[in-house]
Amino acid sequence: MSITDVQRGSKQPPRHGAQPSPQLTDITDSPAGVNNFCITVATINGSGSQTANNCLIRALFKMGIPVSGKNIFPSNIQGLPTWFQIRVSEDGFVGRRDTAEIVVAMNKNTLAEDTKRVAPGGVLITPTEFKVAEERADITYYNLPVQQMAKDSGANAELRPYVANMVYVGALIELLGIDAGEVEAALVSHFKGKAGPINMNFGVVKAAIEYTRANIVKRDTFRVQKSNKTTGKILIGGNEAGGLGGVFGGFTVAAWYPITPSTSLVDALGDYAKELRVDKASGQKYYAIVQAEDEIAALGIVTGAGWMGARAMTSTSGPGISLMTEYIGFAYFADIPVVVWDIQRMGPSTGLPTRTSQGDVLKVYYLGHGDQKHVILLPANMEECFEAGWHAFDLAERLQTPIFVLSDLDLGMNLWMSEPFAYPEQPMDRGKVLSAEELDQLGGFARYGDEDGTGVGPRTLPGTDSPLAAYFTRGSGHNARAQYTERPEDWLANMQRLARKHEYARTLVPRPVLDETPGAEIGIIAYGSTDAPMAEARAMLASRGVKTSYLRLRALPLNEDYARFAEKYPRVYVVENNFDGQMARILMAEEPKLAAKLIPIAHSDGLPLTGRWIAQAIVEQER
Amino acid sequence: MSIQEPPAPVNLIGLTRNDYKGLPSTLCKGCGHDSISARIISVAYDLSIDPRQLIKMSGIGCSSKTPAYFLNQSHGFNSLHGRMPSATTGALLANHTLKAIGVSGDGDTTSIGLGQFIHLVRRNVPMVYIVENNGVYGLTKGQFSATADEGQRLKYAGLNELPPIDVCWEALIADCGFVARSFAGDPRQVETLLKAAFSHRGTAVLDIISPCVSFNDNPDSTKSYAWGKDHEEAITDLSWIPAREEITVDYAEGESVEVEMHDGSHIRLKKLDRDYDPRDRAQAMTLLDHARANQEFITGLIYIDEERPSLPELERLPETPLAHLPERQLRPSREALAKIMDSFK
Repeated sequence: MSITDVQRGSKQPPRHGAQPSPQLTDITDSPAGVNNFCITVATINGSGSQTANNCLIRALFKMGIPVSGKNIFPSNIQGLPTWFQIRVSEDGFVGRRDTAEIVVAMNKNTLAEDTKRVAPGGVLITPTEFKVAEERADITYYNLPVQQMAKDSGANAELRPYVANMVYVGALIELLGIDAGEVEAALVSHFKGKAGPINMNFGVVKAAIEYTRANIVKRDTFRVQKSNKTTGKILIGGNEAGGLGGVFGGFTVAAWYPITPSTSLVDALGDYAKELRVDKASGQKYYAIVQAEDEIAALGIVTGAGWMGARAMTSTSGPGISLMTEYIGFAYFADIPVVVWDIQRMGPSTGLPTRTSQGDVLKVYYLGHGDQKHVILLPANMEECFEAGWHAFDLAERLQTPIFVLSDLDLGMNLWMSEPFAYPEQPMDRGKVLSAEELDQLGGFARYGDEDGTGVGPRTLPGTDSPLAAYFTRGSGHNARAQYTERPEDWLANMQRLARKHEYARTLVPRPVLDETPGAEIGIIAYGSTDAPMAEARAMLASRGVKTSYLRLRALPLNEDYARFAEKYPRVYVVENNFDGQMARILMAEEPKLAAKLIPIAHSDGLPLTGRWIAQAIVEQER
Repeated sequence: MSIQEPPAPVNLIGLTRNDYKGLPSTLCKGCGHDSISARIISVAYDLSIDPRQLIKMSGIGCSSKTPAYFLNQSHGFNSLHGRMPSATTGALLANHTLKAIGVSGDGDTTSIGLGQFIHLVRRNVPMVYIVENNGVYGLTKGQFSATADEGQRLKYAGLNELPPIDVCWEALIADCGFVARSFAGDPRQVETLLKAAFSHRGTAVLDIISPCVSFNDNPDSTKSYAWGKDHEEAITDLSWIPAREEITVDYAEGESVEVEMHDGSHIRLKKLDRDYDPRDRAQAMTLLDHARANQEFITGLIYIDEERPSLPELERLPETPLAHLPERQLRPSREALAKIMDSFK
């Protein structure tokens, strides 16, 4: 990453000090050591290393050590290089770390670059068969007879590449002091108790432990020790959390089209629905999930179901959002509740489907033709992914409008530690729906009326048994009674109503999370997955005497908390994982008076931001 | 002194014909679509369909405006261009107990919406799907649609050199269980087909040639009134017998085909000039191919299959519509969440 990216999204000159400096030396990663380092495993995609890596993560987690994993993988089924980063951090930092202290190089094709990847003083582990020339004097080399041990395991030729990964698992257990029993437990859980694969894999692990003990003299300082920082916590991915949230939010219709990195959210939705929402006796399903022919149809199905009164949702990513735009405009203008998850990936265009970004914020906020602004939830962790899963439905039905949940690949597809999820305490909010009895009492209704100033009118569901229930839903001009109109005053009145609804939404969406430091001169604003490295960035800045206050946005539209925060601090940095500084632009447009204070810190290269990079970027500006 | 009007006649559910009306049409005078709207009103009344238990769906175009002109007591959904199938799929998954009628046009179905149309039929979403087919774009003033005949000339659009897309053929290929063609100028046949279509288990596709008096009604156009009147050739003599009526007349073997519909009603297809069995898919394909090659305007029920389950059946939906499930059936218990959380510890 280059610090020259800092100002790229901003038309303003740097506000403080000189031009961005190319030097990266100012902020460095925290010194590695016991319970504080990063392992990078380089493998070939499709070789089954995910099992090995997840077992290591689970074992470390069970030892009470804060751990996080990031899968940096290609858009490919088999053959291209892939990297997995496992970070242990006694301090509990779970953002990506720039440096890799231990590199396991299992892919000969990337050996040269993986060797460069090792931090000075770090360790490179390679298969003996690679015959690595030990050229770097500042790192420690270990090698393991990986292919031989895979052969000795008795696995057939097809399974050998998979069990080969267990060799580095065994070596890391021995070298770092990882609890072998916990690795075995993780394998038992992964293979759902099937003795065959468990014994074969753990057999290789044991052999590798013994080999390492007998043949490798440890010459590095990295190790782990038991801690108590994960007690009571869970380890889960954001897509699974979001899907689970959808089930607890009472989704009944979901329609989708496969797209990386959102697919696993619908998978989770389906898995939990099958478990929790099927009548065991009759086999009847209290939900329907349709794999649509494209994203246009996916959102059409969701919109039709939302109109009918079902809690309906979809999950997609940037290119899918583009196709859904047409029906989003319709649902917005016809006041139909729908829930859309956007698991953001790198764009523009097809971009990098397996790399992360926060690049859809600006587009989604204003998505559609004509004037429209949407309600967006911005979960930053697993609990918020779960909460968004159910809360989005309450908001959608209360506001009768599309609700977006903007997650991303980093949140969605990586494993994160979390507190267990809280059960939704408030009953479901089904919004303003008139029954036949109510209609008879009222003697009619104005579908797009606005009696209470919220901009939300009452609706009736098709099938309501009253001659007064029917109305005509359309994306074309309509008045308060849902009649077709082209009168300018009707059109304007409807737009004004929708504007009032947007104001009402400000009062309903989750408020920002504030963490203010007395005496701080700078404010930082971030959202979503950028929250994870932010904790570390702020600690790094604090250690250099730079006090910061932090506001984490949890939704759009904004409420007064933003302006109150931005007014307070002379300089406000808006940190995000995209190229243009998209949220900064929205903030500037929403509160033009505060725009001059904002300094965009935007970066996008497909990887999650690191705490070190953020801190350095701010230091550059603060000079 | 006032003159007491005799009470208007009512149907089996106590509604008058007036209860099935819509707003006054804003289409051109003489438009085929208005004639079809009148047939829908008439059939819904005759069948005693509860308009509150029916949804009327459409896409975009002249045809898609028509749901405003019938069944005022039904919820209407005037969706996006070519996107009525997906919205209807979602609506009926959310509440499969309602009847659905969709009105589309040849542009809406065979151009912008062809993909959604095929997938609706493939899923067998239970609805009556009418294509008001006039071979031309009306609202944008006279461009050819994809159903226009090869070699046809229009005043503004010039010469059409591309072959037409055949709605019935597309439906058949997508495994549609009810494929029919008719003519807006043949009210009796349209009504009978509509009644049969409402009794069908899944998607019933009605391709109704419905002349556009403004842009495509030259007598030499196959989508004109004059052409239709001169060339319409019914493949069978169709009648529809409600479930409650006993079938009394017996026909000799080979004279007629009797099909029991999903709702217990029957359709009877009496032989006319040709031997035709609408349960024979291969024969239906040949018929359409032949008609297309020879520009024959064949009408009637082209194919029927009551066996294929509809989407809600395949989805194993409960009796209560998904949209009406109470919270206790939607939100799993606190204990269920606790158990799941333990599995991630």
